[in-house]
Amino acid sequence: MRAFFDSDLWWSFTRSPVTVISAVVAFICIAGAVFATWLAPHNPFDLASLQLMDAFKPPAWEAEGDGTYLLGTDDQGRDVLSAIMYGARVSLLVGFAAVAFSTILGVSLGLLAGYLGGTVDAVLMRIADIQLTFPGILVALLVDGIVRAALPRDMHENIALFVVIFAIGISNWPQFARTVRGSTMVERNKEYVQAARVIGRSPLSIMLSHVLPNVMSPVLVIATLSLGFAILAEATLSFLGVGVPPTQPSLGTLIRIGNDFLFSGEWWITIFPGVALIVMVLSVNLLGDWLRDALNPKLR
Amino acid sequence: MSLLDVKNLRVEFPTRRGTLVALDDVSFSIAPGEILGVVGESGAGKSMTGAAIIGLLEPPGRIAGGEIRLDGKRIDNLPYEEMRRIRGRQIGAIFQDPLTTLNPLYTIGRQLAETMTTHLPIGPGEARERAIGWLELVGIPAARERIDSYPHEFSGGMRQRVVIALALCAEPRLIVADEPTTALDVSIQAQVIALLKSLAREKGTAMMLVTHDMGVIAETADRVAVMYAGRIVEIGPVREVVKHANHPYAQGLMGSIPPLDRRVDRLQQIDGAMPRLSAIPPGCAYNPRCPQAFDRCRVQRPELMPAGATDAACWLHAP
Amino acid sequence: MSAAAEARLAEARRADLTPMLEVEEVARYFDVSRPLLQRLMAREGRRILRAVDGISFAIPKGTTLSLVGESGCGKSTVARLAVGLYPTTRGRVLFDGQDLARARADSAQRSRMQMIFQDPYASLNPRWRVADIIAEPIRAFGLAPSRVQEAARVAELLTQVGLSPLDGAKFPHEFSGGQRQRISIARALSSNPEFLVCDEPTSALDVSVQAQILNLMKKLQARLGLTFLFISHNLAVVRQVSDRIGVMYLGKLVELAPAETLFTTPRHPYTRALMEAIPDLGMTGRVRTPVGGEVPSPISPPSGCAFHPRCPLANDRCRAEAPVMRAAGDAQVACHAVDEGRG
Repeated sequence: MRAFFDSDLWWSFTRSPVTVISAVVAFICIAGAVFATWLAPHNPFDLASLQLMDAFKPPAWEAEGDGTYLLGTDDQGRDVLSAIMYGARVSLLVGFAAVAFSTILGVSLGLLAGYLGGTVDAVLMRIADIQLTFPGILVALLVDGIVRAALPRDMHENIALFVVIFAIGISNWPQFARTVRGSTMVERNKEYVQAARVIGRSPLSIMLSHVLPNVMSPVLVIATLSLGFAILAEATLSFLGVGVPPTQPSLGTLIRIGNDFLFSGEWWITIFPGVALIVMVLSVNLLGDWLRDALNPKLR
Repeated sequence: MSLLDVKNLRVEFPTRRGTLVALDDVSFSIAPGEILGVVGESGAGKSMTGAAIIGLLEPPGRIAGGEIRLDGKRIDNLPYEEMRRIRGRQIGAIFQDPLTTLNPLYTIGRQLAETMTTHLPIGPGEARERAIGWLELVGIPAARERIDSYPHEFSGGMRQRVVIALALCAEPRLIVADEPTTALDVSIQAQVIALLKSLAREKGTAMMLVTHDMGVIAETADRVAVMYAGRIVEIGPVREVVKHANHPYAQGLMGSIPPLDRRVDRLQQIDGAMPRLSAIPPGCAYNPRCPQAFDRCRVQRPELMPAGATDAACWLHAP
Repeated sequence: MSAAAEARLAEARRADLTPMLEVEEVARYFDVSRPLLQRLMAREGRRILRAVDGISFAIPKGTTLSLVGESGCGKSTVARLAVGLYPTTRGRVLFDGQDLARARADSAQRSRMQMIFQDPYASLNPRWRVADIIAEPIRAFGLAPSRVQEAARVAELLTQVGLSPLDGAKFPHEFSGGQRQRISIARALSSNPEFLVCDEPTSALDVSVQAQILNLMKKLQARLGLTFLFISHNLAVVRQVSDRIGVMYLGKLVELAPAETLFTTPRHPYTRALMEAIPDLGMTGRVRTPVGGEVPSPISPPSGCAFHPRCPLANDRCRAEAPVMRAAGDAQVACHAVDEGRG
């Protein structure tokens, strides 16, 4: 731990105010989302506590506002702030899981392509190239649609979350694979890999014990930047109504629901989840940008 | 009258763990037509001395003391633009990797001609003719046909010749050559050395030749400066330094070169390694590795002092 | 079997005349063609780089054979062929009398060969501790029954190469180039090898450190009875370590001779040119006439003898017919001029 606080990474972190602020904001967002059950002032899914009389209350500082609902309430009388915190939890869960999925898939395929080369490399990279010609969100929509069509209707509710994670994860693997493949091709020609080959270690064990630890820095950067993409992708899918089930509304779902009231004057129902989404994605992306610069020796 | 005068040059690198002194109290001069060889282990500061002179220190490195004079005029404190003009016109630079000097998008003829029209009072036609002349001079066969080729169309050795032509074509009075032959094979290296040497002689160009290869220095240089941990430890005529070095480090360095003419059972070696810039010992920086070190060496730092036919920074030669 | 015959057999076993490594007419080509689509568009054929094009030599046990030559002559490819990092395109490699591919399939045989590399900064995994780096072969071959014995062996190896056992806990970036090369040597020795391939082990080091490493390698060879295949571009270094020296040019051996013979009576014109080209300490102010021209591309080598465009002795036969290795004194030379007594 002391080694970490003594490291160049920590040093460059403390020297960048924007990064420190982003980190604090990201931390607040994540903590608020993860501990929503305890931190949120209300439970928006506890039907018993919902008061229809409290519907459409504007934020607390407006003339008709109510102190108990800081950011106002929606058409069902749900507290917008609490809904955002619960919604952010779903968004983050999908985001992290999708990034984890595409990281594992992309890194594995990138390692194989880069280390084995030849036909394996050619086939995997052509698939990645083809996929990269489509926007990520389009791929996610497509995969989402295909999986939904392939599965019986009554299963949708139960597995919708996994379908979204799978769709977003699949749409993002080529980035990881291409980066890891490039770094792997550099590492596999280094002499420490040859030394391991001389003593006859298997390709798989060389990939895992030698190459993998040395190609992880760029992966970390891409993973951080992808988190922003994944959260946005989930919000887009949910906004379009093909994302997470309405029983577990994410930020995207909240924005969609609130969208209907935007022109009738209840702007807070959609604006606040939107702001929360922007702040969360922006802080994560700024962190990713800093990480990319800090880990790139050429820019230092 | 010397052309280049370096006095008490000090280069510092501010880092977050304190300031590193990369060069300290480096002084030497080079006369017109003279070749000064600068040798030492990697990290001794030889390349940095060259970079300081041509005004291309890698940031955050900066000149923190001393002065550099070209023909009596200070050049270490010039603004970037002015230094850039001097670099083209009066100082030519040759680096180890020719590809860092040549622009891959322009033909070599265009690069040569542009350098000349920028710095010399001649027109494009004249510049092209002269470019062909320079290419012939540095030994590029069929120069007239190859002048419109791009850098990648040349082999490594030929590219280094083009770089030399580029460094020479504005007829600078000083050339700073940093490991000009290290990337080349021995047979090509010999050709390039011979070329540099004859050019210095014929044109009266002063040259600072930085290399780790003592053999190259022995054959090319008139005088040699041996550097260790950011300082010059011995400077003198090449024959003297090679055959009768006075500083124990210079002696060790010469002794550890494997001889070509006989087989020895055990090569002379210097134990240990050069200290990092962040951990230079007090007194003489060489004292922990020096077989002849005594108490004074551990506390007081020696300056260059006359020692036989050379100058050495070593208390063994204290008057 | 008579007592005398038995004694003779025992004698032969003791002397063990099987060479450590035999290389017979070995070639290694690389396909450096551009991708198919580009090739079709540019209407060009495949481009084959003949890195090694038919060379033969043997290394008796306990001796050092060095290969010298300029970059691109194929010497590093031979090093990799000798430990099986590349398969051969043609010819065969025998390790202690056994086909190399078969020997490498057996981990006991594989542990007898090791390699030391040129770049001390790329040859150690930056993310591993030094103790793990050195222990990798010990673990791969299961040479230490317990962690305690493994640690003891690593400490012994570190001491043997002139480092402290405490250095095992550090990472490679904490060491200088020379110390890293010592770590590489310790790793190579950890499987108790008999045959070491050294690919330019000192060319990335400063000269004073080079002397340390060369002395260390010579000491270890004397103590452990190692056999070396030593690759270098530096003739002076090669002279210090070799019993026999092979000079390579464009994928072929042009001269193979005992070390002293090569330096006292170099026969091939290329060997002589190489020796002439080396700048030497004793030659201050010397004026030389270096050999002209450059090494041609191994993708399209010249006809006949590959050296003929640069050779002062070349004639029509040299341009048409490739010379083969023939005995000349205690050396072998591939040169028509030497054959014909024109050399």
